[in-house]
Amino acid sequence: MSGEIVMLRHNRIDLALHMLRAHPIDPDRPSRPLLLLHGLGDRSPDAVPTWVADWPGPIAALDFTGHGASTCPSSGGYTPELLMADVDHALAHLTGGDPDTSITVLGRGLGAYIALQIAGARASQIHGAILTDGPGLAGGPTGPTSQAVFSLPTNGTTPDPYALVELGRDLRPGDYAVSFVNLANAGAPVASPITVASSFHPKWLAAVVDSPGVVEATLADALASYA
Amino acid sequence: MIRRPGCSSLHPDGYRRHVADPSTETPSEPAPGDSAALNTELGLDEFGESPFPGARRPDRNYDLQANGLRIAVHEWGDADAPPLMMMHGGFDFARTFDVFAPKLAEAGWRVVSWDQRGHGNSEHAALYSWDGDVRDALAVFDHVAGGRPIPVVGHSKGGALMTQLADAQPHRFSSLVNMDGIPYKRNIPDIAEHDRTTMLAKDLAGWLDHRRRTSTASRKPGTLDELASRRGRMNPRLPHEWLRRLASTGGFRSDDGWRWRIDPALRFGGFGPWRPEWMLVRLPGLPMPFLGILGAQMEEMGWGTPPHKVAPYMPLDGRCEVLDDVGHFVHIEQPDVVSRLVLDFIGDPT
Repeated sequence: MSGEIVMLRHNRIDLALHMLRAHPIDPDRPSRPLLLLHGLGDRSPDAVPTWVADWPGPIAALDFTGHGASTCPSSGGYTPELLMADVDHALAHLTGGDPDTSITVLGRGLGAYIALQIAGARASQIHGAILTDGPGLAGGPTGPTSQAVFSLPTNGTTPDPYALVELGRDLRPGDYAVSFVNLANAGAPVASPITVASSFHPKWLAAVVDSPGVVEATLADALASYA
Repeated sequence: MIRRPGCSSLHPDGYRRHVADPSTETPSEPAPGDSAALNTELGLDEFGESPFPGARRPDRNYDLQANGLRIAVHEWGDADAPPLMMMHGGFDFARTFDVFAPKLAEAGWRVVSWDQRGHGNSEHAALYSWDGDVRDALAVFDHVAGGRPIPVVGHSKGGALMTQLADAQPHRFSSLVNMDGIPYKRNIPDIAEHDRTTMLAKDLAGWLDHRRRTSTASRKPGTLDELASRRGRMNPRLPHEWLRRLASTGGFRSDDGWRWRIDPALRFGGFGPWRPEWMLVRLPGLPMPFLGILGAQMEEMGWGTPPHKVAPYMPLDGRCEVLDDVGHFVHIEQPDVVSRLVLDFIGDPT
C-alpha cells in the first residue's frame, strides 16, 4: 500500500479510505481531490493507477461496506443508497466537512452507479462524476421480478457474499437513474457534471447518456476536463 | 441456528416447540422495571410494563441467531398448538400484538411473532433492507415450521413483506392475512418536475446528514408519558394508555429517562427505486387463500390505499374487508372485530 488508510465510521461499519496520493503533484498548485470507487466484489487499488496518474490533485480510494479492508456486516441488507452514504462519509473527510469544497469522483462498474448517485445527492460538492466500465455496472432488473429469498455461508471476510448477490441484482430503473442526473444538473458547480466513459451501456446508463447535460468522452479527456 | 434452553427438538409433526417457563427465562435485555417501588410510582406492573385492558405478555420469549443476527421471538398460546406467524409493521415491534395475539391464542393457535432487525428486542444491524427483513423472517419460519404451510398474518410493512414472501415461497403459506399493508401508488398532482427535483434533493440531503450522525446517535430520552405522547402524534387514533404500554414494552429505562429500543439509525420515510405499485401486482397471482383488511381512515403511518384501487388485484381465492371508522392499526383499534375476521378466515386450528 503506497499511502495511509484512514478508517471512517459509518454507523456500525468502519470504512477504509485509502489515501493513495495525499498531496497535489505540484504543491504550489492546489487541486481538488479525486475519489476512486471500485466495482462490485473488487477493492481499492494499492497504488495510484496509471490511468489516473496525471490527475494533479490528491487521490483517494474507498472500500465500500463489505469490500476490501472495510467491515463485513452480518446477514446482508445492502443497497446502492447505503453505499452512496459510504461515499458521503469519504466526501466529508476529503473536504474537511466544508460544504463549499468539492471533489471529483471516478466510479468503475457498481462504483459508477454510486458515483452518479452522490453526484446528484451532493451536487454542489461534486465537481464532475466519471462513470466507466467495471464489475457490477449492469445491476439488476428495471422492474419487479420473481425474487429468490436466500441465506449464504459467510466467514466475515470480504467481499461479502451478500454484497455480491444483493448489489448484483438491485433494481435500476432508468428514470430513477435520470433523477440523479437532474439533481446534478441543477446543483453542480460545472456545466456538465456527469461524464460517461464506458463501452457498455446497460439500460440505466443508456438512460443517463440520453439525458441533457451528460457527455460521453474517453477517460483521459474526462479527467482532463474536471482537473 | 443456535437452540436456546427450553427449545425442544423438532417434533414428528414438523413443528418445533418452545416449552420454557417465561418466569425462568433470561430476557434479551434487562427489563426496564427493576425496582418494585419505582414501578409502583410509575403505575407499572411487576414486569415494569404499563397495564392495558386485555393486554397479555407473551407466554414464551427467546432469541434466534438468524444468519449471524440475533432476532427476538415472542409466542402466545399453548406450545403444542399449531403455529400461526404474525409480523409487525415498520417502527413497531412484536409486543404491539399484546392484545390481538392472545385472542388468536385463546382460539387454539400458537401465535409466533418476532421483532424485525433493529426493532424491539432484536439486534441493531449494520444494514437494513427489505431483502434483509425477508431473510430474517425465513429464519423464524424455518425454525418454527420447517417448510410446512401455516397461516400468516402481517400488519402494514409486515403485511407487505409477507405478501412478497408468499409470492416467492408459497409452499410456506396455508393462508395469508394482510392487515392494512397493501401499498398503493400515491400520486401527488400538480407538482412541476423542478419541484419534484427540489423535494428529492432535500430528502437525499436530509438522509445523508442523518447517516453521518448514525455512529453517535441515540433516541431522545423522556418520561414514559412523553414517549407515549410523541408516538401519539403519529397514532392520534390510539388511546394514551395503549401508547404508554407500547413505550414501556418497546422502550428501556436509562439514567436520563426512557428511550425507544428501536435503532436510531432507522429513519421514517425514504427514497429508492422501488415503487409501491410493484407490490400490488404480486397480489393477483397469490395461490393461497388471501384476506386483506383495510382501515378506511387515512393515517400518517399508513399506506393510504383506497379499497376500490385494490379490488381489481384480488387473488382468485382472495377478498378484502374494509373497516370504515378504523385507521391504520386495525388490530389495535378493533381487536375483537379483526380477530373474528381472521379466525373465521383461517379456520379451526385442529
